[in-house]
Amino acid sequence: MSNSISIDHVVKRFGNMTIIPDLSLEIENGEFFTLLGPSGCGKTTLLRMIAGFNTIESGNIRFDDSIINSIPAHKRNIGMVFQNYAIFPHMTVRQNVEYGLKMRKMKPAEIKERVDQILDIVKIQDYQDRFPEKLSGGQQQRVALARAIVIHPNVLLMDEPLSNLDAKLRVEMRSAIREIQKQVGITTVYVTHDQEEALAISDRIAVMRDGVIQQTGAPEHIYTRPANLFVSTFIGHSNLIYASLSDTDDLPCVRFAGGYSIPVANLCKDVEKSGRVIVSIRPEEFSLHDEGIRGTVTSRVFLGKYIIYQVRVCENLYGNTNVVEYSQDSGQVTHLLAIGDTVFLKPNITKINIFSEKDQLSMIKDVNANG
Amino acid sequence: MPMGRKTRLKLDFWSVVTIAIFILFAFFLAYPLFSLFAGGFRDPNTQQFTLNNFIRFFTKKYYTRALWHSFLVTTCTTLLSVAVGAPLAYLTTVYKTKGTGLINTLIIISMLSPPFIGAYSWILLCGRSGILTALAENLFHIKTPSIYGFGGILLVLTLKLYPFIYLYTKGALQKVDSSLFEAAESLGCSGYKKVFTVIFPLITPTILAGALLVFMNALADFGTPMLIGEGYTVMPVLIYSEFISETGGQANFAAALAVIMVIITGLMFWGQKSIVNKRSYTMSSLHPIRPKKLQGAKNVALHLVIYFVTFLAIIPQITVIFTSFKATKGAIFTTGFSLESYRKIFSNLGRNIVNTYLFGLTAIAIIVLIAIFIAYITIRKKTWLTNAIDSLTMFPYIIPGSVLGITLLLAFNKKPFLLSGTAAIIIIAFVIRRLPYTLRSSSAILYQISPSLEEAAISLGDTPPKAFFKVTSRLMMPGVLSGAILSWITIINELSASVILYTGKTRTMSVSIYTEVIRASYGTAAALAAMLTLTTIVSLLIFFRLSGKKDISI
Repeated sequence: MSNSISIDHVVKRFGNMTIIPDLSLEIENGEFFTLLGPSGCGKTTLLRMIAGFNTIESGNIRFDDSIINSIPAHKRNIGMVFQNYAIFPHMTVRQNVEYGLKMRKMKPAEIKERVDQILDIVKIQDYQDRFPEKLSGGQQQRVALARAIVIHPNVLLMDEPLSNLDAKLRVEMRSAIREIQKQVGITTVYVTHDQEEALAISDRIAVMRDGVIQQTGAPEHIYTRPANLFVSTFIGHSNLIYASLSDTDDLPCVRFAGGYSIPVANLCKDVEKSGRVIVSIRPEEFSLHDEGIRGTVTSRVFLGKYIIYQVRVCENLYGNTNVVEYSQDSGQVTHLLAIGDTVFLKPNITKINIFSEKDQLSMIKDVNANG
Repeated sequence: MPMGRKTRLKLDFWSVVTIAIFILFAFFLAYPLFSLFAGGFRDPNTQQFTLNNFIRFFTKKYYTRALWHSFLVTTCTTLLSVAVGAPLAYLTTVYKTKGTGLINTLIIISMLSPPFIGAYSWILLCGRSGILTALAENLFHIKTPSIYGFGGILLVLTLKLYPFIYLYTKGALQKVDSSLFEAAESLGCSGYKKVFTVIFPLITPTILAGALLVFMNALADFGTPMLIGEGYTVMPVLIYSEFISETGGQANFAAALAVIMVIITGLMFWGQKSIVNKRSYTMSSLHPIRPKKLQGAKNVALHLVIYFVTFLAIIPQITVIFTSFKATKGAIFTTGFSLESYRKIFSNLGRNIVNTYLFGLTAIAIIVLIAIFIAYITIRKKTWLTNAIDSLTMFPYIIPGSVLGITLLLAFNKKPFLLSGTAAIIIIAFVIRRLPYTLRSSSAILYQISPSLEEAAISLGDTPPKAFFKVTSRLMMPGVLSGAILSWITIINELSASVILYTGKTRTMSVSIYTEVIRASYGTAAALAAMLTLTTIVSLLIFFRLSGKKDISI
């Protein structure tokens, strides 16, 4: 029923502009796969190439083993959910969902059975005779989803489907989508620019930038072990601090400008263990200690679960900044810091990531750009 | 003291404006219409209540035939207009066409030109002594079919009115999001099936609304059937001739005819409104349809068809401008070119030209003022009185020009309200008929202006009227002016009401064109029509400049 997708050295050009220079990707059968990246990175373009709305200039896209490059969109048997839902405004909810089945010349009894079933799965049976304009955004979203999966497509393609919803509904709908996808077990390609959404919903994520995949992997892997500097800053917040690497002792050592230094045990074998590096430390990877990176608290924001501090430090920071962010878990903290307090922030050495300054690639062992 | 303050508050600036406008409408629109309706039910001699006028209409074949003619002409025109306009809009939207901007502009020009110019031009081309008729006879010895009668009316009205369908359909297609088509494709649908299951149902309400507009226009048109109908009598012509014939008591009968007309157009208008309200879909067009380029012979055929249909619509304008420069001898065209016709109209008909611009500008000034006020009170100061005014402003849509002419003439032909024969009564007719264009665009822009801007001015110390004139009215200007230009264009081309209201002194250009054509003085008629067309085009260019659009909504 559902199939794998393999994308093999595809190229996309619009006129003289090359949007995707050379991209390869394997998406497994039944997988929930997300294309994540800033706007203009080519993720929607790639999705529309899979759908058949964009031509492929070079390379191949395969569903299982058959090349689909020249098959027109309406014969690819895809289910697509559009950013603005694209629900037919002149049809009721039920008519919208029936549409694809009628195009397949299915028997009325079978259509009814399939539609009833899917309306039940996406929980819109109560609205089936309404016109779309009478529905809320979340309900329209469910209609679009039902219409796409009722035809039992080979793959389900979703183009930023939650971007028109408000924050609360977005969270609700993304778990609904995830649940329904698992229930029907269909290969899904999902496009979003929202990293939190991508982390929450996906089996695997491909982070894209300028038409090139930066890293592919499970959400937790991409978050904890970003393959390069871009991924480390695009997904979650990272404090980037220049440091120098030295291999004088038995373990390689990271030395910050302020004088603090720590040994690192998990560097890749074949990287050069000297010279300038960029250390990436997430706000929650610091802890207060007697020694560490010295700084002064400049602001404090209490967010309930966390407390976020801005700490001015005397380090060389990447980008135009002189403060690092440090977050405290409210459940663990005994007393709050005050503005003006002097603190020593100690990075958790097993969690931090180190990138070479030259090529901005990770130097950490077992980091996989194509997981 | 508190009581006194309360009554004073009620009579603030806006209450005064509301009451004043209500009185104006009551006096110049409601009262005349009411007396017209009453007149239809009155015996000409005894002034008693009677249904005889209606009985006479429905029992004499001569009269019912006019109604049947009207129905036939209108229905055929509507169907043909849809058959031409909708495919044209579809083709120019879906396929890349060279010169779409020019095509749009030409079609809009043809739509806004006076309808009788079309009739008159086709007579010049294919009439008894027409250019094409003579050509066909001399070169090929063929007798061309007569342009007069039903066929001629149908031809002229269709070419004049299909632009409405074209513009409506095009507007609707531009609002359709292309992701709807992609959704259909992703569900396994393509080609003509896509057109009939998605595109067509989506634009049907718009086409229907446009069709009803065409229907009402065709029904109310007086100039075309009068000039080219030659004995093929339709309702507006019947009303006119019954009213003009000086046999006393006909006024009551004409009033009864007018009542019948207003009931028909009223039903049509109501039908159109309910279709638009109930069956139009709100569509967000994030990704409008991108026109595709056709290849080879298909592309050539596409362009030929589109250019030909556009050319047909613009033939009248070309004809009048061309013939206006032809040399004439008396009333007859001779070979060669001259400015004779222009010299003649400036020496003999100069007054009519001045009248047109003078009456037109006066009417526009009044329209702008009233439209701004009405838009403001009906949107920002909703009361039962402003709601009543809002409904009254709908009336001009359903009252055919000739009916309005009769209405005003009957109401204001005796003291103390003696206005017949004056410029004032023509200006009043202009204002009533063409106010809706300005009013609608004024309302549209006012909806986009936040009330808090005016409140800010008031909080800073302005009085409410001052705040309105200094802030809101200025922000409204772009919308008001673009509407005013439409009002202006349609005013200078107005015929059906002014032809009933004019006297020798208050004749306008469009009326003179009509009378010159009736006198068979085609040269002067062409020169006048060319001037009107030129004014229309210039005004339209100003409109495009001002509104920053290449489109128009009627």
